Amino acid sequence: METNLTIKRLNEKFPASVLEVKTFREEVTITMPKETILEICRFLYSDPDLQYHFLTDLCGVDFFPKNLRFEVVYLLYSMKNNQRVRLKIKVREGESVSSVESIWKAANWLEREVFDLFGITFENHPDLRRILLWDGYEGHPLRKDYPVKGPDFDKPFIPEV
Amino acid sequence: MTEIRYMTINMGPQHPATHGVLRLVLELDGEVVVKATPHIGYLHRGTEKLAENKTYHQVIPLTDRLDYTNAMGNNLAYVLAVEKLLDIEIPKRAQYLRVMMTELQRIAAHLIWLGTHALDIGAMTLLFYTFREREEVLRIIEEVTGGRITPTYLRIGGVAKDLPEGIEEKIKAFVQAFPDHIKEYETLLTKNIIWMERTKGVGIISKEDAINWGVTGPTLRGSGAKWDVRKAFPYSSYDEFDFDIPVGSNGDVYDRYVVRLREMEWSNSIVRQALERLPKGPIIADDPRVALPRKDDVLHDIAALIDQFKIAFQGFYPPKGEVYVSVEGAKGELGFYIISDGSNRPFRMRIRPPSFLNVSALPKIIEGSLIADVISVIGSIDIVLGEIDR
Repeated sequence: METNLTIKRLNEKFPASVLEVKTFREEVTITMPKETILEICRFLYSDPDLQYHFLTDLCGVDFFPKNLRFEVVYLLYSMKNNQRVRLKIKVREGESVSSVESIWKAANWLEREVFDLFGITFENHPDLRRILLWDGYEGHPLRKDYPVKGPDFDKPFIPEV
Repeated sequence: MTEIRYMTINMGPQHPATHGVLRLVLELDGEVVVKATPHIGYLHRGTEKLAENKTYHQVIPLTDRLDYTNAMGNNLAYVLAVEKLLDIEIPKRAQYLRVMMTELQRIAAHLIWLGTHALDIGAMTLLFYTFREREEVLRIIEEVTGGRITPTYLRIGGVAKDLPEGIEEKIKAFVQAFPDHIKEYETLLTKNIIWMERTKGVGIISKEDAINWGVTGPTLRGSGAKWDVRKAFPYSSYDEFDFDIPVGSNGDVYDRYVVRLREMEWSNSIVRQALERLPKGPIIADDPRVALPRKDDVLHDIAALIDQFKIAFQGFYPPKGEVYVSVEGAKGELGFYIISDGSNRPFRMRIRPPSFLNVSALPKIIEGSLIADVISVIGSIDIVLGEIDR
């Protein structure tokens, strides 16, 4: 029920931004253009009936070799309504996304991880550094064109001192 | 004007109180932490990438190695996600077995936390007590599953095998004795003045901050939010069990300690309820696409052997779609987000690790506190680096 309310509210407020609504196994996924993500997140966070105060997860997906290659997936949770909603934006290679760190502090590390493993940059992120891999690492391992064994699996790794 | 220069010290990655390979760069103004920067990734094994190249059954052993103190909970989150993708029904007995084993594992995980947390703060005795009980739990787990730390007990569709003969009595004996053991721990700590001085009013995080930082599990409940995945999104028949969610009020280290102790009591009660009401019946779904045959049959029956190979190596083909399922792990909300493209391997498997988000709030908690308190705060949010780094 409440997810319908979310969709209804979004349709009222941002009619042009709700590109696609999908329901699979009772989970609702809303696709939107990447320019509006910050505005929509702020609305979902602050609307008194919705109150998506909890950012459960934020992750990237790679659909290589598609042109619109990446997706960034936001999983929001409202403790008030006990309801989840999933937001999706599609991103080309080299494009950047507005950071939602100003709304949920949880996004800080999650966005760093997406940056680290997919190479998607986030605008206005306070501290966009690699997080799981070390500084100076080349490549983004969760991209589909990155080999599982690593690009240099047959060469020993010798760090510069 | 004198220039203020802070002292920078490096804590970890090899430090006994960081519970693994967490590295903290601390900027100190005397004894006070001005800025803390955690560095993680020393244990990164690329679990998410590896999973994309394995069939669905082959991923289960990888999940054991995320939060290695709570392997059963990791198994459960993963198999629930795949089962939701496949939309299959799990027999009641398997569901109850899952609940029972997961709660036993939660007790074991909390016992490690309690022993090491107290050891960090200086109460060494407790470690010997908690590891004594943990050993009992691990013996039960070993007898049921065959493994102590990495049981890989759950299967897509059910569990690997039924309870061995005579294990019920052992579990019953443990469940009966355990509340008294908790009382023992409490006599050592709860009213201990040194313990209270080191933990009360230390490492406070407010409820609003905890929610905003994505903190879950006992750390969130210590701040007063009555939220637990087992109640919010009941899975595996948790709605049939009678239990409560303990909450704290101040959000300090002491409250998190009390919450985890109460949680162990409730886990113990859930194990008892599951054992008492354990239904009879099959332990794995009757679905030849996904359910692995019994190990005995595999060893004696050629058809079962072929099945085993086909299911484990070729796997099955779930419908296209994406699901997110989370469970209440020992550290917080552990979620698996799986995207299927219709092939026999997960197209993308994202793990939502609770410790990762809990430790991201660490600078927020410890900035402004004394350096000695950093140790107790790290202990109290109960991190496991295997899960943070994946």
